[in-house]
Amino acid sequence: MTENFFYHALKIDHKICYGCSLCMRNCPTEAIRVRNGKATIYGNKCVDCGECYKVCPSGAVYVAQDDFDNIYNFKYRVVLMPSVFLGQFSEDIRASQVYSVIKEIGFTHVIEVESSAMTHTKLTNKYISEHQDKKPLISTFCPAVVRLIQVKFPSLVDNLISIKAPVDFTSIYIRKKLIDEGADPKEIGIFYITPCAAKIAATKSPVGEDKSTVDGVLNMDTMYNMVYKQIKQHKEYDKSVSANDAPSDSILFALTNGEKRLTDCRKSFAIDEIHNVMDFLEKVENDEIEDLDFLELRACDESCAGGILTCGNRFMINDRMTQRARKLAERERNGETSRKKAIYSEEDFLIENASVAKILPRSMMVLDDDISVAFQKLTRIKEIEAKLPQTDCNVCGAPSCHALAEDIACDEAKLSDCVFIQRNLEMRNSLSVEESVEILKKIWGEEKIKDYVFKK
Amino acid sequence: MHNEFVVVEGDFSNAGKASSEIKKTLKQLNIDNQKIKKIVVAVYEAEVNAIAHAYGGTIFVDLDQEKIAVTIKDVGPGIPDLDKAMTVGFSTASAKVREMGFGAGMGLPNIKNNVDELEIKTEVGVGTEIKMVVNFL
Repeated sequence: MTENFFYHALKIDHKICYGCSLCMRNCPTEAIRVRNGKATIYGNKCVDCGECYKVCPSGAVYVAQDDFDNIYNFKYRVVLMPSVFLGQFSEDIRASQVYSVIKEIGFTHVIEVESSAMTHTKLTNKYISEHQDKKPLISTFCPAVVRLIQVKFPSLVDNLISIKAPVDFTSIYIRKKLIDEGADPKEIGIFYITPCAAKIAATKSPVGEDKSTVDGVLNMDTMYNMVYKQIKQHKEYDKSVSANDAPSDSILFALTNGEKRLTDCRKSFAIDEIHNVMDFLEKVENDEIEDLDFLELRACDESCAGGILTCGNRFMINDRMTQRARKLAERERNGETSRKKAIYSEEDFLIENASVAKILPRSMMVLDDDISVAFQKLTRIKEIEAKLPQTDCNVCGAPSCHALAEDIACDEAKLSDCVFIQRNLEMRNSLSVEESVEILKKIWGEEKIKDYVFKK
Repeated sequence: MHNEFVVVEGDFSNAGKASSEIKKTLKQLNIDNQKIKKIVVAVYEAEVNAIAHAYGGTIFVDLDQEKIAVTIKDVGPGIPDLDKAMTVGFSTASAKVREMGFGAGMGLPNIKNNVDELEIKTEVGVGTEIKMVVNFL
């Protein structure tokens, strides 16, 4: 295996988790198992897509974030705000008010992530035209998709466009600007408001980079609560703060079609939602689609508007963002606001710093690096699978019979974990009822078994 | 290791099932990505060929540590002129098949380009058996 440890922002609080297994059954990469009555994540299979967070009924799945007070370690406290954040607020709250309130709660600078989207697009188009041999080129905007490709579609890693994300460009820009204005680099703290867990994971252990461009990550729901509370409590706000709007055509960048729309390609697709993405990548890997130039792939339904840390309905967020883009475009046409932003003066500098190191596969599928060992395991998996009932009942604590077979072959589980096998063994007097109960306890925890006995 | 898949005449919507399954297995064995791609593309082509031209058939997959051998055996019209069929652009596919985006006359040449060994047995009015091998080393 290439590398086993990757930072994951998604965590499970074992004090809250009661082992309902809903997350396990919904995980698209089969990265979750139930052990001792608690859901546990296999770090090498998790791509931080957040499906588990969405379905968890108890709130046990959570997204670790940096302490807000960390911002006060810096004199210059910059917040990188994605346009999606503004889409959280109802139409009667103006963008300038959100900008103003963010400053009230402690930041010195606010900049919209999408400010650099046009530079990013320019580079993407250049990259596509220069890498025709690697078609289809795949966007690296969504970090969950990048990780998905690394673990599940390793043959496509060379198709990933190795340039930084807009958030990195904007961060590099603002840091340079502050330094040029005389700030001490040590005194600059840049914080990114994230709509999802994958962006946190990408920031903490960036793919293809040694060091992150931001100093901290704040969860969008937390920031929304802070800002909205301030808005509700104080109707007055500093009207002198104006919204430093990104250009109209870039603020929809994080929505579905956001990149596709801006890319000069003959045949490209914009696909959202992780299962759709997996189905499509399967076809791409089989070479089933001809002359494909570019793929915009996003793990969440409705892209970042559907991020797990957003507040509110993703379709409404999408609509508010679309309305804002429309109004901005109108103002641009009327000459009330300029499309030329200060960030473009630094475009050359950003382009110089745009590339990332090669993204490497880290396949979760490989059974062993040694082909003869892998072959033995594979043979074993087939043998075991033939014994299992193919009911995918999940009682063994694995998401499917196939997953259990793999776990057994890799010594992570036992054949007797299967409840059908247990009955069989009991029938043949090879296993006592007490032993069966012990097995169930190991998977589902003492409490559950105890309860059933008492409830009867 | 042996595995079999059934090919149903005219069922283009299920084309790719066998190649996807083969791909998954080879990924688990840590086979070089380029080799996986070659066999997957070749099997997919052959699968589509059998669906388009034959009255159904079977795909036999035999795998060991050194190589993968895939045989697609169909009951069908057979190939009257094999040399011609191996020419790029030559196609006997019906208009209906072409409409679905298949039948560009790239099938057999494409298979040949992607595999290490190719053996075609065909008999007009009986069927065709295509055996292809990709070596891992």
